[in-house]
Amino acid sequence: MPTISVGRDLLFKALGRSFTDEEFDELCFEYGIELDDVTTEKAILRKEKHISEEAQEDEEIIYKIEIPANRYDLLCLEGLARGLRIFKCAEQVPQFCVSKISAASMIKMEVKAETAMLRPFVVCAVLRGVTFNQARYNSFIDLQDKLHQNLCRRRTLVAIGTHDLDMLQGPFSYEALPPSEISFIPLKETQQFTAEGLMEKYKADMKLKKFLHILEGSPVHPVIFDSKRRVLSWPPIINGAHSAITLDTKNVFIECTATDLTKAKIVLNTMVTMFSEYCKNKFEVEPVEVVAANGVSTVYPDLSSRSMEVPLSYISGSLGVALKAKQVVQILNRMQLLATESSSQEGPDPVIHVKVPPTRSDILHPCDVMEDVGIGYGYNNIKQTTPKCVTQGKLLPLNDFSDSVRVEVAMAGFTEVLTWILGSHEENFDLVKRKSDVAVTVGNPRTSEFEVVRTSLLPGLLKTLGHNKDHPRPVKLFEVSDVVILDPSKDVGAKNERRLAALYCNANSGFEVIHGLVDRVMQVVGIKTVPTGDDSGYFIQPSEEPEFFPGRQASIICKGSRIGTFGIVHPQVLQNFLIPDPCSIMEINIEALL
Amino acid sequence: MAQSSVEDAVLSYLQTHEEIPNSEEFAVSEQLDHTELLNVIKSLNGFGYVEAKDIKKETWVLTDEGSKYANSSSPEVQVFEAVPLEGIRQDQLEAKMDKQVFSIGKNFALKNKWLSLSKEGNVPFYRRMVEQVQDIIKEQLLAAKNGKDIQNVDALKKRTLIKRQTWKGFSVRKGPNYAPQRSKPATDLTRDLLQKGNWDNVEFKDYNFSALGQPLECGHLHPLLKVRAQICKIFLEMGYEEMPTNNFVESSFWNFDTLFQPQQHPARDSHDTFFLKVPATTQRLPEDYLERVKTMHEVGGHESIGYGYDWKRDEAEKNLLRTHTTAVSTRMLHALAQGEFTPKKYFSIDRVFRNEAVDRTHLAEFHQIEGLICDRGLTLGDLMGVLNEFFQRLGMKKLRFKPAYNPYTEPSMEIFSYFDMFNKWVEVGNSGMIRPEVLLPMGLPKDVSVIAWGLSLERPTMILYGIDNIRDLFGHK
Repeated sequence: MPTISVGRDLLFKALGRSFTDEEFDELCFEYGIELDDVTTEKAILRKEKHISEEAQEDEEIIYKIEIPANRYDLLCLEGLARGLRIFKCAEQVPQFCVSKISAASMIKMEVKAETAMLRPFVVCAVLRGVTFNQARYNSFIDLQDKLHQNLCRRRTLVAIGTHDLDMLQGPFSYEALPPSEISFIPLKETQQFTAEGLMEKYKADMKLKKFLHILEGSPVHPVIFDSKRRVLSWPPIINGAHSAITLDTKNVFIECTATDLTKAKIVLNTMVTMFSEYCKNKFEVEPVEVVAANGVSTVYPDLSSRSMEVPLSYISGSLGVALKAKQVVQILNRMQLLATESSSQEGPDPVIHVKVPPTRSDILHPCDVMEDVGIGYGYNNIKQTTPKCVTQGKLLPLNDFSDSVRVEVAMAGFTEVLTWILGSHEENFDLVKRKSDVAVTVGNPRTSEFEVVRTSLLPGLLKTLGHNKDHPRPVKLFEVSDVVILDPSKDVGAKNERRLAALYCNANSGFEVIHGLVDRVMQVVGIKTVPTGDDSGYFIQPSEEPEFFPGRQASIICKGSRIGTFGIVHPQVLQNFLIPDPCSIMEINIEALL
Repeated sequence: MAQSSVEDAVLSYLQTHEEIPNSEEFAVSEQLDHTELLNVIKSLNGFGYVEAKDIKKETWVLTDEGSKYANSSSPEVQVFEAVPLEGIRQDQLEAKMDKQVFSIGKNFALKNKWLSLSKEGNVPFYRRMVEQVQDIIKEQLLAAKNGKDIQNVDALKKRTLIKRQTWKGFSVRKGPNYAPQRSKPATDLTRDLLQKGNWDNVEFKDYNFSALGQPLECGHLHPLLKVRAQICKIFLEMGYEEMPTNNFVESSFWNFDTLFQPQQHPARDSHDTFFLKVPATTQRLPEDYLERVKTMHEVGGHESIGYGYDWKRDEAEKNLLRTHTTAVSTRMLHALAQGEFTPKKYFSIDRVFRNEAVDRTHLAEFHQIEGLICDRGLTLGDLMGVLNEFFQRLGMKKLRFKPAYNPYTEPSMEIFSYFDMFNKWVEVGNSGMIRPEVLLPMGLPKDVSVIAWGLSLERPTMILYGIDNIRDLFGHK
């Protein structure tokens, strides 16, 4: 969930009234956003730098607000305030339009074929007669940042460049050139660099180094020129200094380069619908013609509304609230969806005609409209009901069985532990003297703690004991849980196996105690002890496992197959887990007993 | 010697004697350990068998240095004796003896005018001034050691050769409850008492009712799993069937794609999800269903516009450790769609994995509780009704719902519960109606809805049991 920071006073001014923090929090709750924190710029700085210093009274209060991940139209003060004003019926849904200009006077962007290699799409638009001030300018920059972080997936999918159009001369061209041939003065610099040089230089830049990987290793880099071969931007890294936006900029040229055209259009629409508010002709955007390498030309932005027909019965039926068409229309208008009762469909089930504005890219299906009706109506106003279907409660037999085994082992005086399923390769294998290394392996572990999925419960028990050395003796621990083993017969290539493991530790090894527990478990699950070689019950026979002490270990053979082992833990293994006292341990596959 | 025989010695002595004037002398004469005797006297005194009076005596004992001199001789005598009749140069004298003994001894020997110090051709030179000396210091130290009176206490004390020690003992007489044999009150009704049959004329010691009982040796079930059992019971009471969630390894397809989670969704980043190196990819996917899922992502269908991007099979085949048990729910719903439709209520409580940094409130592994109902004509009102019933039984009586976003549910609601102890609303879970884009490609009938909710097992457990560090609840420590 993205979080945006907006000045409280600016927000209240835009909303046309002020709120107490509690009132505003309540409004957020109702609308589905969240007032996360109330702070000040300086408090944030103080926190970052760990300075303890008295707050000043004149510090500007900042609201940190969490926005749902699909509501790009609420990622800046302009959009958020507009949304809340409309929600509170203080404003109508704006009608965005593309200015009607002749094809000849339209600014052009020509796309060269080479761009297809790494960043094939570009979409553009122009905002004419914009009036910036410091707050608007900051918001304009912040929105680009937020979009880059979220929808643009850290600039991999889309990168935004905004420019002072009056410093440039169209038509523009979107090209891909070897980095050594791209030369310009980037933002915040005064001298010329090649893209090749900048790739080196920005490795030291905390902010920009995160984006270099997008271009790394590519023989050509994307670049946008004006007709005088001045570099507008070197996407997705940085813009040229020449066309940088200032507080005095009047005409803004916006370009979005992308690997995903759908998202590029959403990003462009978000930028222009938010900031056309400050244009001379409010909510009017000047189009740009993008000519693809194959000659096909498209005009952007597309600010048309999408039409949807949603039956009233669907809305009422899904929410469980009987609503009138008129009511639904009113609610939807408050949620920024232009709705009318469809005139053609009079009758018992009216249809609501919805025009989805270009700001609401989150509306994919009539269910999204239905949700907005629910929010507008107020979730907490909906009458709660009980579903009528009759079903039977059922436990998964394996879990039911595991629970009875757990209770039996606990009744035998053992204490249950709950350990991690992920662990290091070393503790799963080397520390218990196991040679094999066949296990489900994580490809991107953050630390060695998350390298492999355990193939045995033993390391977890030993680790627990090692960390609780001072516990009074005897220590008796157990765990019933899953390990994962590779199994090519499964679609994903691995399967869980339910195991029981138990450990005894005292001044003596307690080998007979653990042996007794094995017998007890087999007794309570109703499997009888039989002479060696008999397949009708279980017997034990000496084994040679590396984690156990030679001569004091055994395999458990149940109905002909080996289901587990027990033994005195090998002194070297004890040492590996820093356990000073002797231990005996058992592990069995209880799925085999089910 | 056993305590009872020490006791006997004291009590029987008092039978014939008025008093034990000094416990130490008594200990010596009766060959008892004095410390043990003192303990016995204290105990007998406590029960009124005897009356003990403290006696204190101050004595001098030798310090380490003092006892060294008592064994050999005082340093001044040692220095005097090291000076031959013809005298000696300082360096030669120093070389003959212990450095410390020399530096202390020479000062006292000079002060006592036993020796003289002069310069002989610029070299310090010692000569005897008397023929012989008496080692008074040593004599005094030996006297102090044997407990005899000594005269120049101050001088010895100043030179830290002796120190004061307080000796404590008792003088003992018969007490009000004196008896030649101590009768110990019984603490417990024993087999012995029953067999002897004298339980009714035995005095029983008062029981200490304010002390705790004896700690039991017993087995334990894990507290988090006890809460799991409690919640399991709630689901069973409400008619839910448990889902088979014993598959930690899952494909991206079932974990994300089937849930209409676009392939560029942040949750699918390696920052959030454990992807697997072994087994890296899934071997089999249901092809016809996969086609329908792909179409839904790319261009939509069933009135949805989809996400409008190139859906990649490679991405769907990537194996991972499931990030939610909802991956199992999709498998169950898909299986349900293959036969004739029957309403279902499903639940599960099992482990899920997130590639997160571990801290007080976050774990890389935790338990997800999930419940869902699949039927025709379910409503959002039904979902809230079910949640109210469920959370009531968990002890959370006051709920409210906040609009939220989740890629696979619409409407989506965060569940908040009011806690008197925190005096605020706290988020306790997430819920929603599963999107048609998820259900319809599975082949479920169009009028079937699924309402579902999830929460972690750890969070309510922490709240209900007042635990503030999640790591106290879980793991090997």
